[in-house]
Amino acid sequence: MTYIAKPKFHHPGLKKNSLGYTHRDYEGKISTLCAGCGHDSITASIIEACYELSIEPHRVAKISGIGCSSKTPDYFLGNSHGFNSVHGRMPSVLTGANLANRDLIYLGVSGDGDSASIGFGQFAHSIRRGVNMTYIVENNGVYGLTKGQFSATADRGSKSKKGVTNTDNAIDLVAMALQLGATFVARSFSGDKSQLVPLIAAAIGHKGASFIDVISPCIAFNNHAGSTKSFDYVREHNDAVNRLDVLVGRDPIAVDYAPGTVQVVEQHDGSKIALRKIDADYDPHDRLGAQTFLARHAAKGQIVTGLLYVDPDAEDLHEHLNTVETPLNALEADTLCPGSAVLDKINASLR
Amino acid sequence: MKPTDIAAPDYFHKVVDCQWACPAHTPVPEYIRLIAQGRYSDAYMINWKSNVFPGILGRTCDRPCEPACRRGRVEENPVAICRLKRVAADFKDDIRQRLPKPGPKNGKRVALVGGGPASLTVARDLAPLGYHCTVFDADPEAGGMMRTQIPKFRLPNSVIDEETGYILGLGVEFKGGHRIDSMKALLAEKYDAIFVGSGAPRGRELELPGRKEAAANIHIGIEWLANVSFGHVDKIGKRVIVLGGGNTAMDCCRTARRLGGEKVTVVVRSGFDEMKASPWEKEDAIHEDIPILNYMVPVAFKHVAGKLIGVTFQHVKAEYDAKGRRNLVPSGDPDQTIPCDDVLVAVGQENAFPWIEQDCGIEFDKWHMPKVDPKTFASTNPKVFFGGDAAFGPKNIIWAVAHGHDAALSIHKMLSGEAVDERPLPEVQISSQKMGIHEWSYDNDISPDKRYKVPHRDKVVALKDIRAEVELGYDVKLALGEAHRCLNCDVQTVFSTSLCIECDACVDICPMDCITFTANGEESDLRQRLKAPSAHPDQDLYVSSDLKTGRVMVKDEDVCLHCGLCAERCPTGAWDMQKYFIEMTHAGSTCPTKSRSAA
Repeated sequence: MTYIAKPKFHHPGLKKNSLGYTHRDYEGKISTLCAGCGHDSITASIIEACYELSIEPHRVAKISGIGCSSKTPDYFLGNSHGFNSVHGRMPSVLTGANLANRDLIYLGVSGDGDSASIGFGQFAHSIRRGVNMTYIVENNGVYGLTKGQFSATADRGSKSKKGVTNTDNAIDLVAMALQLGATFVARSFSGDKSQLVPLIAAAIGHKGASFIDVISPCIAFNNHAGSTKSFDYVREHNDAVNRLDVLVGRDPIAVDYAPGTVQVVEQHDGSKIALRKIDADYDPHDRLGAQTFLARHAAKGQIVTGLLYVDPDAEDLHEHLNTVETPLNALEADTLCPGSAVLDKINASLR
Repeated sequence: MKPTDIAAPDYFHKVVDCQWACPAHTPVPEYIRLIAQGRYSDAYMINWKSNVFPGILGRTCDRPCEPACRRGRVEENPVAICRLKRVAADFKDDIRQRLPKPGPKNGKRVALVGGGPASLTVARDLAPLGYHCTVFDADPEAGGMMRTQIPKFRLPNSVIDEETGYILGLGVEFKGGHRIDSMKALLAEKYDAIFVGSGAPRGRELELPGRKEAAANIHIGIEWLANVSFGHVDKIGKRVIVLGGGNTAMDCCRTARRLGGEKVTVVVRSGFDEMKASPWEKEDAIHEDIPILNYMVPVAFKHVAGKLIGVTFQHVKAEYDAKGRRNLVPSGDPDQTIPCDDVLVAVGQENAFPWIEQDCGIEFDKWHMPKVDPKTFASTNPKVFFGGDAAFGPKNIIWAVAHGHDAALSIHKMLSGEAVDERPLPEVQISSQKMGIHEWSYDNDISPDKRYKVPHRDKVVALKDIRAEVELGYDVKLALGEAHRCLNCDVQTVFSTSLCIECDACVDICPMDCITFTANGEESDLRQRLKAPSAHPDQDLYVSSDLKTGRVMVKDEDVCLHCGLCAERCPTGAWDMQKYFIEMTHAGSTCPTKSRSAA
């Protein structure tokens, strides 16, 4: 653990976003995770994405559960709202917060233990309900805080640091998210920020349940030969289907790729995603195709990354429930509680 | 780019900007750390070895190190390196036991002309090796311009006495009041080597109408300062004009304020920013209520009945031609006469060698300067060496010291039968500073403090006494605060390609965005692809060999804080913080000789 605070000095030539902030203004406290933890790179990617989108920090709510991954919201967006909830309960806290105030940007940060074991049900229901959020799983395949036992996402046949082989089947959270109806599904790698940063930015712009599974090597317990979540293994088996650029607002779209290889996806907030195809046959609008593609490549031991599925016309939970536009904290008392006469009327209509 | 060769002594030396900029290459961060630890005597000795006059330079140095200081690229002001040097001198214990002892005589005799910083440095380096050094000076005491031209309110005699005394105490013979009038006669005395460190002793004249008629009240700056220094002059008129914009002009005007000058004005041809005087000297003059008037060219001395009554000036403005050269052209404003009682002319200094006869084997160039080898300081007479202002014209003390070291080395090599132009490599030590997982043997917690001001004596008191030192120096607490501002640039970030797993931890933690992992390319191309823009192309890029992914690690040395966070957050120890101590090789060292480049 580093004992000194990160110096406030920054590079004098650092660029500022449209709010006048540098990327340093989106940092939080210094990380207390192990040196070299993949999670710190995901933290840096979230910082970079929020900086590039010129997000006002007070408009973000970052919510997490328990685990190494769930400690990370302390390390980014030091001026945002935060809630470090009970183990596995991030999705319900986030859903509640989102229902009460739909004006904030919701970042759910979780890990493979928090989402694939104790919080598996919570994960499933928040996705199937279409809560408008960016759900990031920092997936290292082990329980790092308790010294490296296999988690539910550890691949069958992979080996622990001590050489024990995992005999359980792995949960693929991306496959689950696709099956549960997430409207933005991606996988990335903490060691590839050029892919991860635009994915996070695009997910934040998506209205609906966005899910990103980020493979994040655990330096202390899962970065050895025999691991399928090590830097070396992921780099060797990474099969990216596409790369993307997020084009925000007034910035001119200047994409100079060969025609036919770039697909532009317009998002709810007006931003555009320019998808550069790597795999010519891959269609990110075909949920069924994505599931098959994923299963086929998983069988070959490949890790498919990129934007795997997106539905640009997705609806979110608020639309399903037809809730009021105004956040609850901005409603007057008489609107929130219209009185017994209105209640009687409602009750009468149900008789 | 090719992988950076960190084994080349110059690479990491350049990262220590202050040490690289110092002509004598003083190991600055090392002595600042010692000051922070309260080890003032140790800090003093490091200085003494490199720059010979820490107490004097800590008050008067032109500080080439400070504009170079990395801190100045990170925030507004560099570390007050010069004034910290004075702290070491002020708070040290008696260090006489730590000085070298006069060595057994080797039977060789060296004559040194002039008793200023250059000659004394040569004597300091040669006397412990057994050379019999004889220093000749026209003045009764050693110190040269340090004693005669620098006012006592900036540099007290006690400091000069102490530090020249350390050198004379090495068994150096000093012949005061002994002006050398003939090189030929000196050569005839069969010295084994002669070093000329006679400075640039002549103040430049200003031949304008009225100069002769009003001569009684027109004084040449450096001569007048010397007369003040020796007590021959102790007053001046109430209204004084100082002509010139260099440090001598600043010393003249501030001295005049203390000798009865009530209305002292500095008038300069150029603009304020282009003046040669150091910014802090200008500040000190302005603080003593001395106005500095710019873009005014003197055209005539006004006089009535042999008495000076004022100086007439033409107003000019700066115009730049296509090549960017500045020309001063009349602005069209009417000429202005400023009334005054005395004028001090401080418009430059010149070398003068009337005492070197033409047939001594010493060749001169068309500017009447001796032909001197810039590396060995040898003249065309193999036995005669030059250094300090006498070699390349007026510079400052620290340059004279640097010349002195190099000339001493040349003399020693020549008299040992070695090739003079083969220069030894500097001595380099590099060692890891790791103490524990996240502990370093240096203070890596970067201080956000702004530069501390040096306390000054109250102006009313200071102006009354010409010998009262104006700057009081830092006290221990201020010195500690200022010392903490040093970024420890000599504790280098050292990268091991084979250990790196490309986890990005260093990239993510670096507060200055110095580190980039990217595909290799030409330097100009790489500089475009760094994580933060590269503002100073003169600052090197540290490039690794190819990593596993085929990329390279590129670190822009420019604004690295040397905070060590890259090494703290590195899981494999691919980054390490290693202290790089580099010392120039002086005469008598046994360092291997191999021709080296710039340093």
